[in-house]
Amino acid sequence: MSSVVDRVRKIVVEQLGVKEEEVTLEASFVDDLGADSLDTVELVMALEEEFETEIPDEDAEKITTVQQAIDYINAHQA
Amino acid sequence: MAGRRVVVTGLGLVAPVGLDVKSGWDNILAGKSGIKPITHFDIAPFSTRFGGPIYGFDPSPYVSEKEAKKMDKFIHYGMAAGCQAIEDSGLVIDDSNCRRIGVAIGSGIGGITGIENNYEAYRQKGPRRISPFFVPANIINMVAGNLSIKFGLKGPNYSIVSACSTGAHNIGEAAIMIRHGYVDVMIAGGAEMATSPVGLGGFAAARALSTRNDDPEGASRPFDKERDGFVLSDGAGVVVLEEYERAKARGATIYAELIGVGMNSDAYHMTAPSEDGEGAANCMLQAMSDAGVNPEEVSYINAHGTSTPAGDVAETRAVKRAFGDHAYKLAVSSTKSMTGHMLGAAGGAEAIFTILALRDQTAPPTINYQTPDPDCDLDCVPNTAREMAIDVAMSNSFGFGGTNGTLVFRKA
Repeated sequence: MSSVVDRVRKIVVEQLGVKEEEVTLEASFVDDLGADSLDTVELVMALEEEFETEIPDEDAEKITTVQQAIDYINAHQA
Repeated sequence: MAGRRVVVTGLGLVAPVGLDVKSGWDNILAGKSGIKPITHFDIAPFSTRFGGPIYGFDPSPYVSEKEAKKMDKFIHYGMAAGCQAIEDSGLVIDDSNCRRIGVAIGSGIGGITGIENNYEAYRQKGPRRISPFFVPANIINMVAGNLSIKFGLKGPNYSIVSACSTGAHNIGEAAIMIRHGYVDVMIAGGAEMATSPVGLGGFAAARALSTRNDDPEGASRPFDKERDGFVLSDGAGVVVLEEYERAKARGATIYAELIGVGMNSDAYHMTAPSEDGEGAANCMLQAMSDAGVNPEEVSYINAHGTSTPAGDVAETRAVKRAFGDHAYKLAVSSTKSMTGHMLGAAGGAEAIFTILALRDQTAPPTINYQTPDPDCDLDCVPNTAREMAIDVAMSNSFGFGGTNGTLVFRKA
C-alpha cells in the first residue's frame, strides 16, 4: 500500500489538475496550485473519501498546504 | 423589420451527425443518421434503448481538464460549439469592443446527470458528499457564463429556457438586441445533454419516444406514416450574430442575414401542440411579417418535425395555415430524421442547417421516408438532398409549454 504522502499527492494532482512535480510538500493549494475556495472544499472531500475519515470544517480551514494535509491524516488516522 | 441589420458570421456544432459544422453538414447532405444504441449507462430496463448521444467527443481543445471536471457535459458541448463559432467568425475581441459582445446560450434541461449523481451521493453518503461544484457545474446559464469568462465577453450574458424552442429563442432574442442597438455581436444558441437515465426515462414515461429498438437509424422518421415518437439526442448549436455594417467593415464571411423572428404561445396544453396548428402558424406569420417577406418568397422550411404522431400533423396544418397554396410549393424537411431531437440545442443546430441550405442552395433531406401519410402531405424532400434556389428560408422550433419560435434567414 502506498504511503500517506503518495496518496495525498495523487489526490491533489487529480483534484486540482496540476502536475505531480508541482505538488511539493510546501506547496499551498491556493497560492501555488491555483485552487479557489470551492476547489479546496472538494479537495477535503476527496481526502475524507480516500482516508475514510471526517474532517470538520474548522479543521479543514487550517489545511492549506500539502504538508498540512499529510500531517492531519497522520494524526487522525485510526 | 425596423432597426439595424443582423448577419450570421460564425457557426459551431456538436451533434450526433458530427462534432463540428463541416462533418455534421456533410453527413446531413449525405442523409446519414447519427442515431445509435445508448451504451453509457445500463439501458436494458428502458423501453427505448437508443438515441443520439455524443460519443467520441474530447472537450480538451475547448476547456482545460481541470475546468472540464466542473462542467456537466451539456456545458462541454456548448463550450465546444461556442468556441468553434467564435473561431469561425474571425472575431477579434479586445478591450475596445468586449462590452458590446454578449452571449445567449440556453438549455432545455441543464445538467440532469449532475443532479442525478449528486442526489445519489446524498442518498448513499449524506449531505457532506454533495460537490461544492454541484450548482455551478449544472445550472443552465453556465454555458453562457463560462464562454463569457473564456473570451472576456463583457456584454449581456444570459440563457433563455423554453424547452425545445430554447435555441431558436436565444438566437431570436439576441438578434433583436443587436437590431435595437444594445450590442453589436451576440454568441447565441443552445446546448443539451439529456440522455441520462432520468432524462430518457422521463420522456419514455411520457410516451414521447420512438421504441423502434431493432432499427435505431430508422427510428426518427418525420412525416412518415410509420413514425412512432421522437429520438432523444444531445449536442449544441451556436451561431455568431453580428451587426451588418460591422461585419462588412471587417471583411467577415457572411453566411446569411437573420431577417425575421417569431415567438408566441399555443396557450393550449402542457405537451401537445394545438391540433389545428394555430399557434405555430401564427408564429410563422409573425416571423414573416417581422422579416417583411411574403409567404411566396420563402422556399425552404427546416421543420420542427420531431417524428411524433401528433406533432408532425400539427406542423403540417400550421404550414398550410400560414402559407396557403404556397405550402405545396415549399420544401419542408426535418433534419431531425438524422440528428434526432437535441431539445434545447435543436434550434441552434437547425438554424445552422437552414443557414447552410441557403449558402449551398441545397435543401437537406428528410431520411427514413417510406410510407406517405395523407395528414403530412407536404414536400418533405424525401431521402435525398435537393439542389434548389433558396432566397429565404425558415427554421421552426416548438416546445413543451406551447412555446413556439421561428427564425427567418435570407441568402447573403
